[in-house]
Amino acid sequence: MTMVEPAVEVRGLVKTYAGTPAVDGIDLLVMRGECFALLGPNGAGKTTAIEILEGYRAREAGEALVLGHDPGRPTRAWRNRIGIVLQTATDNAELSVHEVVSHFAHYYPAPRDTDQVIDAVGLTDKRSTRTRNLSGGQRRRLDVALGIIGRPELLFLDEPTTGFDPEARRDFWKLIGQLRADGTTILLTTHYLEEAEQLADRVAVIARGQIVAEGTPSALGGRATADAVVSWRTPDGVQTKKTAEPTRLVSELAAQYDGEIPELTIRRASLEDVYLSLVGRQNENVSDANRVGDP
Amino acid sequence: MTPTLTIGWHRFRVELKEFFRERESVVFTFSMPMLLMLIFGSVFSGEVAPGLGVTFSQYFLAGMIASGLVYSSFQQLAIAIPTERDNGTLKRIQGTPMPKASYFLGKLGVVLMVYCGQVILLLLIGVVLFDVTLPDTWWQWITFLWVSTLGLTLCTLLGIAFSSLPRSGRSASALVTPVILVLQFTSGVFFVFRDLPHWMQVFASFFPLKWMTQGMRAVFLPGEFASQEPAGVWELPQVAAVLVLWTVVAMVLALTTFRWQRRGDG
Repeated sequence: MTMVEPAVEVRGLVKTYAGTPAVDGIDLLVMRGECFALLGPNGAGKTTAIEILEGYRAREAGEALVLGHDPGRPTRAWRNRIGIVLQTATDNAELSVHEVVSHFAHYYPAPRDTDQVIDAVGLTDKRSTRTRNLSGGQRRRLDVALGIIGRPELLFLDEPTTGFDPEARRDFWKLIGQLRADGTTILLTTHYLEEAEQLADRVAVIARGQIVAEGTPSALGGRATADAVVSWRTPDGVQTKKTAEPTRLVSELAAQYDGEIPELTIRRASLEDVYLSLVGRQNENVSDANRVGDP
Repeated sequence: MTPTLTIGWHRFRVELKEFFRERESVVFTFSMPMLLMLIFGSVFSGEVAPGLGVTFSQYFLAGMIASGLVYSSFQQLAIAIPTERDNGTLKRIQGTPMPKASYFLGKLGVVLMVYCGQVILLLLIGVVLFDVTLPDTWWQWITFLWVSTLGLTLCTLLGIAFSSLPRSGRSASALVTPVILVLQFTSGVFFVFRDLPHWMQVFASFFPLKWMTQGMRAVFLPGEFASQEPAGVWELPQVAAVLVLWTVVAMVLALTTFRWQRRGDG
């Protein structure tokens, strides 16, 4: 029997700080085995939202189920099944990589093998290095090792690659890809578009505590079906035309020009265009018009 | 073994490793009481009360061992816990299935280890350098055990409660050190309690260090010296009663005020 119980199910989540809403009524649905990204600028409410789901903060309103359990009442059995990678920490400075990972393995009933986890995060040659001597990227990979040592069904990653150089980021994405292949459900927050596009099956854009768009990265904000902009040079200068049928326009032009169309470009909105317009429009308070595909 | 005990044991082992790898802190923890013993023992070399054969060193040793209870538990935890709250230790383990009690068991293990170390070093210096005589009746050692047990329990709980006061790990020691110093001066650690002004004796009676010090004097000073106490006797039942009462208060404070996260985080 296959049961498609969602990993995360959230409706109308609200959390305010000193009267200001940090999370203002968000809905989320993350399926098992999915990689889901909460994408948004700094201060949008990503961390508040994810920390409510991790059982760190109490929500003020709304319903939330994480692996079928209320995160507002965390139990030991529930914590056995989730893994958490928080933003920056500098704990365990005097312990070696191997000592930290094998210590945390004791917390869980069925942990992964310590050496395999260290290998999976690419720290095998640093296994005897004290944590204080790791680089930022290595430290972050150790954080991931501690997040996955308990063999979690669901892994939370809060801005996992902030401050990484491009190569470290690629390596990190590969690691997340391996975890997904093992069947781990992943909920991550990020303010990097590229990261959401690379890793996530689905993305929710969050701004000012609200979800302003949701969908697959390629269809986000309706960009798969949005009008394309075709431009080319005529004797009177560059002409641009917005059209839902760029192929037809180009074949008409090709017939007209008898060969190459001078300076032809066809442009669709990039994820960045969509994102910026979503986040920007949210600032002008016309958010509801942009809500796409609420689950 | 239950998971709480097993994981508590693993916490203790990890805490111990971290403790001994922070060299400066190890040196400070063990050398402070020894230095004080050396200095005070050398400066004040005479007898406390004529005819009773009790030197100031002997009197001071009792006070320093009582202070060791405070250093090893209250001072250590009131500084270490805010630091761990700052660097993310507490938040990380809060997010794991580690039983919360295991964290405190691990801390208690380190407290015990530090206390035993300080007592052994103090007794060694006392006996070797200052001709201090050790208790020779079994009931004095029994008193030592129960005063130590109650004192450590109480000061551990107080340290946990106090750890919620400092805004950060860095400000913790500035907050903790004066509290300890004032109590040491007024509770008969640095001065003979009998010689202190009456109001100071009354002030100190409200806090546990005065009673712990008195209990330790009953252990390390000869029985005849009890006549030099303000009450004329050791008052051991009162010592026990005050320490138990404070333990209850400290337990309530620790349970109600402890925070796993930084202020404004939760």
